[in-house]
Amino acid sequence: MFHKIQSYLDFLPKNWIKYLPFGCFLIFSLIFPLFVKSSFHRNVMIFIFFYTIMAEGWNILGGYAGQFSVGHVVFFGIGGYTSSLLLVNWGVTPWVGIFLGGTVAAGVSALIGLPCFRLREYFFALATIGLAEITRISFNHWKAIGGTRGITLPMKFSFYNFLWQGRLPYYYIFLAFALASVIVVFIIDRSKMGLYLKAIDQDQDAAESFGINIFKYKMIAFAISTFITGIAGSLYAQYIQYIDPPSMFPFMISIEIIIVTLIGGKGTVFGPLLGAIIFIPLSEYPRTYFGGLAKGYDYIITGLLVVLLAIKRPEGLVGFRRG
Amino acid sequence: MVEFQVIVNGIIEGCIFAIIALSLTLIWGIMKIVNFAQGEYLMLSMYLAYFLWNFFGFDPLFSLLVTIPVFFGFGYLTYKVLIRRIITASPFSQILTTFGLMILLRYIAFSVFGPNFRRILNPIVEGRISVSGIYLDTAKLCTAIACIIGFVALTWFMTKTKTGKALQTTAQDREVALSFGIDVEKMYALAWGVSIALIAMAGTFISTFRYIDPCLGDAFLLLAFASVILGGLGSVAGALLGGIIIGLVANMFGFFVSPAFKIVMVYIIFILTLLLKPEGLIRE
Repeated sequence: MFHKIQSYLDFLPKNWIKYLPFGCFLIFSLIFPLFVKSSFHRNVMIFIFFYTIMAEGWNILGGYAGQFSVGHVVFFGIGGYTSSLLLVNWGVTPWVGIFLGGTVAAGVSALIGLPCFRLREYFFALATIGLAEITRISFNHWKAIGGTRGITLPMKFSFYNFLWQGRLPYYYIFLAFALASVIVVFIIDRSKMGLYLKAIDQDQDAAESFGINIFKYKMIAFAISTFITGIAGSLYAQYIQYIDPPSMFPFMISIEIIIVTLIGGKGTVFGPLLGAIIFIPLSEYPRTYFGGLAKGYDYIITGLLVVLLAIKRPEGLVGFRRG
Repeated sequence: MVEFQVIVNGIIEGCIFAIIALSLTLIWGIMKIVNFAQGEYLMLSMYLAYFLWNFFGFDPLFSLLVTIPVFFGFGYLTYKVLIRRIITASPFSQILTTFGLMILLRYIAFSVFGPNFRRILNPIVEGRISVSGIYLDTAKLCTAIACIIGFVALTWFMTKTKTGKALQTTAQDREVALSFGIDVEKMYALAWGVSIALIAMAGTFISTFRYIDPCLGDAFLLLAFASVILGGLGSVAGALLGGIIIGLVANMFGFFVSPAFKIVMVYIIFILTLLLKPEGLIRE
C-alpha cells in the first residue's frame, strides 16, 4: 500500500512542493463556481483564465525567446475572425474553428516572422506595432468580412454552436484551455528548445556562435505562441458573441498581456498565471466600482504598476534576477 | 492645380510630423531610448494651451511663453525622476517604462479632463490665404513655419553653443564626455527638457487647428515613428526629410489612390524601411 503511494509520488516532479500553490489554485478554480453564483465574479475568473492563455502565449516568444512583440493583437484578432467566419458562413462548429483559428494565426506568424526576425529589440517592437495598425485598418475596410459593422454570431444555444446560457460552461472551458497553455509552456520550459530560447534571449550572438539555429527556434516559438494567442482570440469571440475590428484589434490588449507576463515574471512557467491573478482583479474591480465616477482609474493603476515593475523588478515576481 | 494643393498640404503636414520626429530622434541620439510617451506630452501641452485660453483668454501664440518653459521643466523632471533609473537597464525594461509612462499620462488626462473633445475657438492664426490659386490654412502654415524655426534653432544650438557641443559629445561617447568633465547626467536631463519643450511648441501650435482629446497622441506618434525611421534614427536632417516624405506620401496616396488606406501605406513604408534600410535615408 505504502509502496504503491510512493510510486505515485515518484511520478511527480522532484521538487513537487514548488507546484503546491499552483495545485491549490487549480483546486480553488475547480470548486469556485460551487460557492460563487454571481456572474460578475465568475466573469472575473474567466478573464483571469483568458489572460493566462494570452500571456502564456506571449511568454513563449516575448519571455523565453526575448522577442518583444507588441503586435500579438494581430493573432488574437485573426483567431477570433477565423472561427466566427467559419461558423457564420459555413456552419463549422467552433470546437473545430478554435483550432483552425490558432492554425491560421500561426500561418500568418510564419509570413511575418520570415522577414521581421532580422530585426532586434526596439526595431522588432516597432515593426510589430506597424503590423498591428495595418491589420486593424485593413479589417476596418474589409467589406467581405463585415468591415466596421462586424459579425454577430448566431444566437442558438447548443453544444455545437459553443453557446450556452449562463457562464458556467465557459468557465470550465476557459479553465481547461488555461491549464493546457500552462502545460505547453511547462513542456517547452523543460525541453531542449526552452534552453535554446533562453539562450537567444540572453545573448543572441553568443547563442548563434554555439551553433543554435536562431532563426528556426524563433520561428517555432513564434508559431506556438501565435497558435495559443489565436485560440484565445477564438474563445473570446465565442464568449462575447459579437466581433468587430475595435473589439478584436484593441491595441491595449497587446500591452496588457505583456504587463501580465511581466508582473509574474517573463520566461517562467507560472509567471503569467500569477500575473493574471494579480492584474485582472486590480483592473476589473476599480473599473466596476469607480466606473461611473472616474473613468480610466484601472489604466492609471496599470500604468503605475508597469513603470514601477520595469524599474524595480524587471524580472517579475517569480523570475530570477540576472547576475 | 489640385495636385499642387495636395503636395503643399503634404509638405505642411510633413513639417508637423518632422518636429515630433525631431524630438524623438534627439532622445534616441543622445541616450538610445525610444520614448513611447512622446505623444502624451504633445496631448498634455495642447491641454495646457487650451486651459490657458479657456480660463485667461490667452491666445495660443502667447501661451507659447508659458507652455515651452513648463514642458522643458516637465521633461527635465521626467528624466530626473524616472528615466535616470533605466538608462543602463535592458531594452526590455526601457520599452516597458516608456510604455507605462504613456498609459499613465494618457489615463490621468482621461480621468482629469474627461473623454470630451475640446477646441480653441478664434485663435489669431485662423483663416486661410490664397497664393496663386493654392489655398493655405493659416494655422497649419504657421505651425509648419514654427516647426522649421524649431529645426533651425536646434541645429544652431547643437553646433554653435558650448552646451550643444557637450550634448553631441555625450551622444557619441559617454566615457569620453565624462573624461572631458562634462556632467553627463545634466546633459541627459537637458536633452529630455529640450525634446519635451520642442513637443510643447508643436503642441501649442497644433492646438490652434485641431480638436483636443486624451487619445490624440497615437495619431501623431506613430507617423512620427515612421518619419524618424525613414529619415534615420538619431539624424536631425533625417527627421525633417522623413517627416516631409511621410506627409507627402500620406496626402498623395490618400488623394489619388485611397483615403482609407493612406495610413496603411505609411506603415508599409515604415516596415519596409526597417527591413531593407534600417539605418534610414540619412545616416547620422
